[in-house]
Amino acid sequence: MTADLTLADLDPLWLSVRLAAVTVTALLIVGTPLAWWLASTRSRLKSPIEALVALPIVLPPTVIGFYLLVLMGPNGPLGPVATALIGRPLTFTFSGLVLASMIYSLPFVVQPIQAALEQAGGRALEAAATLRAGPVDGFFNVAVPMATRGFVTAIVLGFAHTMGEFGIVLMVGGNIPGETRVISIALYENVEMLDYDRAHGLSAILLGFSFVALLIVYLINRRWLRI
Amino acid sequence: MRRFSPWATVALAAVLCLTRPAIADTVRVAVASNFLATLLTVGSGFTAATGHVVEPVAGSSGKLYAQIHEAAPFDVFLSADADRPARLIAEGLADGGSRFTYAFGRLALWSHAAASSGHDCWQVLRDGHGKIAIANPTIAPYGAAAKAVLVGQGLWLQVTDRIVQGNDLAQAYQFVATENAEIGFVGLSQVRAVAAATGCLAEVPAGLHPPIRQDAVLLRTAANPDAAKAFLAYLKSRAGRAVIAADGYDTE
Repeated sequence: MTADLTLADLDPLWLSVRLAAVTVTALLIVGTPLAWWLASTRSRLKSPIEALVALPIVLPPTVIGFYLLVLMGPNGPLGPVATALIGRPLTFTFSGLVLASMIYSLPFVVQPIQAALEQAGGRALEAAATLRAGPVDGFFNVAVPMATRGFVTAIVLGFAHTMGEFGIVLMVGGNIPGETRVISIALYENVEMLDYDRAHGLSAILLGFSFVALLIVYLINRRWLRI
Repeated sequence: MRRFSPWATVALAAVLCLTRPAIADTVRVAVASNFLATLLTVGSGFTAATGHVVEPVAGSSGKLYAQIHEAAPFDVFLSADADRPARLIAEGLADGGSRFTYAFGRLALWSHAAASSGHDCWQVLRDGHGKIAIANPTIAPYGAAAKAVLVGQGLWLQVTDRIVQGNDLAQAYQFVATENAEIGFVGLSQVRAVAAATGCLAEVPAGLHPPIRQDAVLLRTAANPDAAKAFLAYLKSRAGRAVIAADGYDTE
């Protein structure tokens, strides 16, 4: 069935890959300090923040999407900010999709890193501290290397989750080729057009990709892949 | 927690059974989302007239078609186009003799932005710089009609960069309502209820695009074919058509 797919049909796939790569990179930068704070804090705010981080798991994507449409729109709080910075609101742009995906995939990146840091932290860091390692030194040279599996899980899950994103993109994307027309949207369009062959082709690619991604995560967790 | 007495439950069930009309059947109608609100109004008139109840299942025509294809338990299909009912007939899944056009969709050009207030919508469309929302022309008949209007008016190439596509009419409406799009082609039925406090609203003459035929068919798998036929007859009746026309559709 994939024989019916042309190279142009794969454009949305590359766009999704690009979106997922940018999103995960940005999430590692933002999510790692957050996960570190969550793993080490005794603050009363810990539980409320953890609940906030987990919200995208339980909220329907179209609900998040609708609020983002309003928040990022010209009358939303982010509208004037974006207009000042990039000359237009974030809706219907690749940057807007990155922001939306970061919110959507946040728990999939933060939670594995937090869990790994919690396991790695404690004693090892105390030991490092007695050897006069500062907190930053301890974080990069002790905690991070011990939490590598958590980071890999976060990267793979964040990437795969963003690849499969549909509801939010549908709400804030506007289906613009090369900008917001990602694989799930193209797939949906094929199904709606009753072009089931092409839909099967794209589905097979997405399915295969997702399976491999999850397989990697489980293999890492069972320590069959040594990292 | 207090438990309900079993006798109270039985009595309640008995009352519920007795208060329903003796011959009431349920007609399960697979309906294109854009027509759902109108169907509910038509349905209450139908219930008042016959005692039968309409149970709507709303979705996009494409998804409903796929579900009917996989033997979904629907009695009637109210599509947003003429193509999918025709396919179902050709595939032996719907009764060819039952098909008719229950509504002709109508477009409206709508802007919710304060800057458009007092302006002619067509002028905003032509001279504006903001986004123009339409439903996806490849999958939504209203989107295809909107594109046909733009092409017919010689505007398509000029405005291509400003187009954003909603998945369906409801989304094109959202884009305009939240002002993420400066203006957009929405369903006339959607904006009938909207009080145009800001922005502009213009009916798109039906002659500017090929007719948006929304066809109805009786499905072969109908569990209650008699009630389903009665519903289709009511939809076609003067009372049914009056409701449909009042909601912003043309009828035959």
